[in-house]
Formats: sequence, structure tokens, C-alpha cells
Amino acid sequence: MKREDIEHLAKLSRIAVTDAEADDLAKDITSILGYVGEIEEITSSSEIEKKVGPLFNVMREDENPHESGLFTEDLLNLVPERDGPYVKVKKIIGDKA
Amino acid sequence: MTITELRKKFIEGSYTPLDAYTDTRATIDAKDQDIHAFLDVYDDGRESAEKATNIYKEKGEETPLLLGMPLAIKNNILIKGKKATAASKILENYIAPYDATVITRLKEQGAVFVGSTNLDEFAMGSSTENSAFGLTKNPVDPTRVPGGSSGGSAAAVAMGAAVASLGTDTGGSVRLPASFCGVVGFKPTYGRVSRSGLIAMGSSLDQAGTLTNSVRDAEILFNSINGKDPLDATTINVDTYSQVRAKDTYRIGIPRDFLSNEGMDPDVLQVFNDTIENLSKVGHEIVDISLPLMRKGLAAYYIVMPAEVSSNLARYDGVRFGLHVDGDSLLEDYMKTRAEGFGDEVKRRILLGTYVLSAGYYDAYYGKAEHLRTMMREELLQVYKNVDLIMTPTAPTPAFKIGEKSDPLSMYLADIFTVPVNLTGVPAISIPAGTVDRDGISLPVGVQYIAPHAGDERLFDFGKKIYDEGVMQSE
Repeated sequence: MKREDIEHLAKLSRIAVTDAEADDLAKDITSILGYVGEIEEITSSSEIEKKVGPLFNVMREDENPHESGLFTEDLLNLVPERDGPYVKVKKIIGDKA
Repeated sequence: MTITELRKKFIEGSYTPLDAYTDTRATIDAKDQDIHAFLDVYDDGRESAEKATNIYKEKGEETPLLLGMPLAIKNNILIKGKKATAASKILENYIAPYDATVITRLKEQGAVFVGSTNLDEFAMGSSTENSAFGLTKNPVDPTRVPGGSSGGSAAAVAMGAAVASLGTDTGGSVRLPASFCGVVGFKPTYGRVSRSGLIAMGSSLDQAGTLTNSVRDAEILFNSINGKDPLDATTINVDTYSQVRAKDTYRIGIPRDFLSNEGMDPDVLQVFNDTIENLSKVGHEIVDISLPLMRKGLAAYYIVMPAEVSSNLARYDGVRFGLHVDGDSLLEDYMKTRAEGFGDEVKRRILLGTYVLSAGYYDAYYGKAEHLRTMMREELLQVYKNVDLIMTPTAPTPAFKIGEKSDPLSMYLADIFTVPVNLTGVPAISIPAGTVDRDGISLPVGVQYIAPHAGDERLFDFGKKIYDEGVMQSE
């Protein structure tokens, strides 16, 4: 894994990295991937269904909603930038796009 | 001191919840500047302790088992109105807007929260050195780590700053620090305890667990927090798994092939072997078993867990809550906020998770790892036809020195015996089994017992028996 690969992953992950950080991450992630690579030896047997535990959909009745606005102020208080009842965000579609 | 002992005194009135709270605070004042088990200490604990004291006077034995018990809570579990930082700068000023279900249940019992405990950032680590707010030391030997990621919770109980504590266990984060600090650490069957209000790391692996001074205490705490929760769809019903019964004596399987790895400390192995001998003396049957896939567990874990981390931590965007660092565009806001807010290990895991989930690698890594999980579960099911419990060391070594493991991979290997438990969802308990001598200090070593799915009660039954029968250190 090279510095450019890390820069690509970092962009996908929305984390800015410096060159030095990218070099360290490249070294660490290469070593970790070397270790987890032993999973390659597992031969897939089609008899075993791929699943995690007893999985099934869990539904509930759509009923008893809480009173509207009950948590609004609590949650808005946690927002870094707000404008009255709104969460403030920079514009999503850039000029260059 | 145990919950059982405190309870007796509270009922008699010879010692009150207020006394316990005052003494706990004194212990924190005396020791925590050095140990740093706590991120926050709660002054309003006094109020709940006073209230509990009065209720005992009125109702005595008719009170809930946890009334007035001074508990410490890992700081990735939400308590309404308190900071929930997950030991990360990105949540440094985050105030929990609601109670985790486990907290709601403890509050119903009248438990007293003395404070929140330190952890590896977002519970990612095995030493509590990865906290953004400074490391925690092991109370047994302050030059060593307490284990992690629930290192603060384990240290708090070990140094007498709480009678018991809650932690979370994604790959061993309750059991490993329990082993390193000499307390009992219990990880329930996946789905028995609600995850609502736990700051998510790996959602298919996370489970709240307990750190206590006895097996009986683990049982008491577990009984008060477990159960189906409409707020967590993955909580299980009583009939999800077939019933696992308690027995008079147990047939215990030892996966010898799994124990012979290069990192296994000979002294720890000796404690383990001595325990086996003692168990056999008091009538439990010991058999060798083979679990060839368990050895691959750690590899699968370091694919599945980072994959889940990368998606769970996508929510920290600097828009809705937590740290916000301003840039020139929305994208730059994200990049800068996350660069500044997350520590090195968290970044490493997010990038690794992004990689194993990316197009072209998904099948080779994530797909295979999930497949291996299914195979591991099958392997366990087969083995449990033959044995009642499986026994391994909790960790391959005793507590290591602060700063000793600078390479991430060497740190990951500390969890080799604990991660297969989370990957397969079974319950496990780490019980202090003896000590090993290092530089003239006796360091505690735990042994891990693993039960089939929904066999939590069997672990308590067995654990209480071996304490009672004097196989382990007395309660």
C-alpha cells in the first residue's frame, strides 16, 4: 500500500491526512492486511449459508408516537452551528461542480 | 467488598449508601490523580446515596438489590445530562440527551453513579493508552496498563472506587482488563443486553458487560440490566436459543491447539494448567477439544470490526453534534473535523474498514470474514454437543508495561482468546485464577470460561461453584 492509496482511502473516509500520517498509515495498514490475509486460506464451502447469528427482520407497530417537538431543543442544543430551529450547513453543491 | 456484602450492611444499617459514597469519593481523591480511572466524578451521586440511605431505613430487605450501590460507568454509555465522550476529542463536549437502556434499568434500582470511566478512544484498544484524555494506570502496578478498552472501569473496581462497574466488550474489552486488574469480567450472549445508548463501535459484536469483585455480583448486575428492549431490535427473546441448564459438575473442553501460539507466556500457561488440575480435583471433567478455526478469529475480527467501525463512525461529521472544524466547503469541514477529532488508532481502523469494504476487495476480505464467522459458529455448536464449557486463558500475558506495545499488530494479539467469543456471539467470563511474579509484584491472571449461546446463567452457576469450592481465590 502506497501513500497515494492511503490518500484515496482517506478521501473516501472524509479524513484529511498529512504526508507523514499517510506514510505511517501505509506502513501500519500493509502490516495489518498481511496478518488478516490469512483468511484467504479459508475455502468457501457453499453449504454454509453466509449469515451472522439468527437473523430475521424485527418490526414494530407504528403507533404511540411521542409528542411532537419533545426532543427538538435537546438535540438542537448539541448542533455545532444552528440558526433558530435549523441545523446550519454549508451549501452542498459547489460552484466548481 | 462485594455487592452482596454491602447489601447486608445497608440492610442492617451498620454502613449506609451515603457512607459508601463518601468512602468511594475519598478513595478517588486519594488514588485517582495517579491512576486516572475516571474522566468525570459525579457530585450528584451524593443525592442518590442519601435517598437510598433513607429508603433502606424504611424498607430494608424489600429494596432492589442494587439500591445505593456505588457504580462506575464506562464513558461510552449514555447517562442523560452527563458528558459522553467515548474518550474522543470529537465528542469532548457532547452531553448525552437520553439514558442508555442499561442506565435506565440501573436508575430504576436506585444505583448510585460515582463517575464515568476512561477507555481507549471509541473503545478501540487493549490498554486504555488510546484515550484522548490521558492513559489509565493499573492499580496493581502503576507502571503497567490496566488492559482495555474498559481499563478505567476495571481499575475503578480494582482500587475500590466503585463496588462494580459497567464496560463494553467488542473483542474482549471487558474480559481483558478484568484479567489484568484482578477482577471478574463478564460478556453476555450477544442480544441479551440492550445496546441502546451505547456509543457504537462494531454493532454485530458490541455488548455491555460487567466488572465486579465476585461472580455473584456479575450475576446480580446482569440480572438487572438484561432483557428484551424495544429500542434495540437485536435483543433476543427467551426462546431465541435452546435452554442451557446448570449442572452439578461440568465437562470442560480445553482447545490445546489454540493455546500453543508463540505469544503465550509460560507463567500464564502455568496458572491456567494449575486451574485445570484444581477443577479436575473437585470433580469437573476435563477433555481436550480441537477448535482449528478459532485461531483465525483474530484475522476475521480485524476485517469485520473495522468495516463496522468505518460505517458507524461516519456519523461524526461536525454537522449534527460533536466537534466542528470550519473549512472552505462542506467537504473540507468534514475532512478537517474528522482529522482533528479522531486519534491515530481510530483513523487507522476507519481507513482499514473503508479498504476492506471497497469494490474489488469486499469479497476477498469482508465476505470471507463473515463466512468464517458462520463456520466458527458451526464449529462451536459441534463442540458443545460434547462439552458444557470451553476454557482458555483470558489473555496470553499478564498486564504489560505502559508504552511497551507501540506496534498496532502486537497490541491486537492481546485479544487472541477473546475475539472468537464476540464473533460467534456466545457469553464468556474472566475469573481471577492466580498471579505471576514480575519485578517482585504479583500480577493477576484471569481464566476465561465460554458457554454456549444463552448459557450466561450456566457461567454464573459454574463460577459460583468454583469460588465456593475454593478452586480459585476466595470471594
